[in-house]
Amino acid sequence: MPALREPGARYAPPRVSTLGLRALVLIALSIGLMVADHRQQGLAMIRSGLSAAAWPLQMLVHSPVAAWDWLSASTRTRHDLLAENESLRNTARENDLKLLRLEAIEQENQRLRALVNAAPRDAEHVQAATVMRVDLDRLRHRVLIDRGTRDGVTRSQPIIDASGVVGQTINVGPLAAEVILLSDPTHAIPVQVERNGLRTIAVGTGDSDRLALPYLPRNADVQADDLLVSSGLGGVFPAGLPVARITEVKRDPSQPLAIVNARPAAGLDRDREVLLLWSKPRVALPEAEPPPPPAPQRDTRAKPRPAPTR
Amino acid sequence: MIGDAKSPRLMLLVVALVALVLSAVPLPHVLDLLRPDFLLLTVIWFALMLPRAGGLVTAWIAGVALDAFHGVVLGENALAFVVVAFLVHRFHLRMRMYPLSQQALVVLLLLLLYQFLLFWIDGVTGHPLNAWVRWLPVATGALLWPVLTGYLGRLLTRR
Repeated sequence: MPALREPGARYAPPRVSTLGLRALVLIALSIGLMVADHRQQGLAMIRSGLSAAAWPLQMLVHSPVAAWDWLSASTRTRHDLLAENESLRNTARENDLKLLRLEAIEQENQRLRALVNAAPRDAEHVQAATVMRVDLDRLRHRVLIDRGTRDGVTRSQPIIDASGVVGQTINVGPLAAEVILLSDPTHAIPVQVERNGLRTIAVGTGDSDRLALPYLPRNADVQADDLLVSSGLGGVFPAGLPVARITEVKRDPSQPLAIVNARPAAGLDRDREVLLLWSKPRVALPEAEPPPPPAPQRDTRAKPRPAPTR
Repeated sequence: MIGDAKSPRLMLLVVALVALVLSAVPLPHVLDLLRPDFLLLTVIWFALMLPRAGGLVTAWIAGVALDAFHGVVLGENALAFVVVAFLVHRFHLRMRMYPLSQQALVVLLLLLLYQFLLFWIDGVTGHPLNAWVRWLPVATGALLWPVLTGYLGRLLTRR
């Protein structure tokens, strides 16, 4: 069609419209990507590459907040710093005292566990990570932290802060990792009431101040202000970390299950710094015995009540 | 209309990167809920005004970039972007003739379709999130359209 190609034509439509075909090919490609990625094995390399490529932009988004933090930190007055230093020193002294006692208790605990032939508690080490100020998704509760596979981070690794469990990693790139918070509507964590060892599951609600415990029967022994700790089942979170505190228990006589809400112990939407937790068994498990995925014998609590029957 | 023939693609890239950054800039929660889908609006504008440089492949790449940037299932936004860009590309000559208010109305429908596709894919991949706040960016995006089209028009096309 020479008429369309004459000089001066400002817009020449494609000669044969392959628009629909191209759209179909790209849609098929997208569906293929989704299927491959949803199964999580096939695209690990590509995803990690894309995550590395996204890193500079994410840093760019994060940088104004980081710059502001730096600016406000470097223009603090001497008086403020002295006061803060003083209070930190006091806290450090108190912590040292507590730690002395804790070490003795830990050794005693190891000895007692050896006596009853229980597996030793896992050795733990932590690394601090900064929560980047990048809004990932307004509907889901996900945050980005500045540690990745380069720092030894793996998928499904527990994230805590000074007061409790924050969440776990889901997508880990070389330089950054995405963390799903406890309050994400698709997250659930196995927990245990600290007072009596009752086990259940706390699920996120999409509200960062509330977790729900939907699987407790009406007559379950829970009350407001009970502390929930991780039970160690499920193999992601080590046992005994504070998770949430129960805020309300509603028992409707016409419903078989109680309505129980809890408030996360960690400041899920306020944390600037979190800790990555590595825990590994203190002694290597014998190779012949396959490690049991749920390890109830690791629980430190006294014999837990049997799981409530519906 | 096609404007600067020597590097429209470079300009597209810069504009798309800015939109991508805007999609993740930390905002207070309320504003975050109202945040329009900047990148999709940009892709609609590309498909409408520069259909040869900013066609379906551009839309697809932008979608994959958004998926990677926000850590959702790879291909989710890519699929929705391609569908929207296809519709715009198919009707771009007609849409250009519309008055601005009517164009914004069409954009509203396109954004609605986009959110519906995301909602559907979320359901298929096992995290259904049926919160009414999901639909807020549709309205803010359509309201932003007249401003955006004027601004990008001045930026990317030669008068």
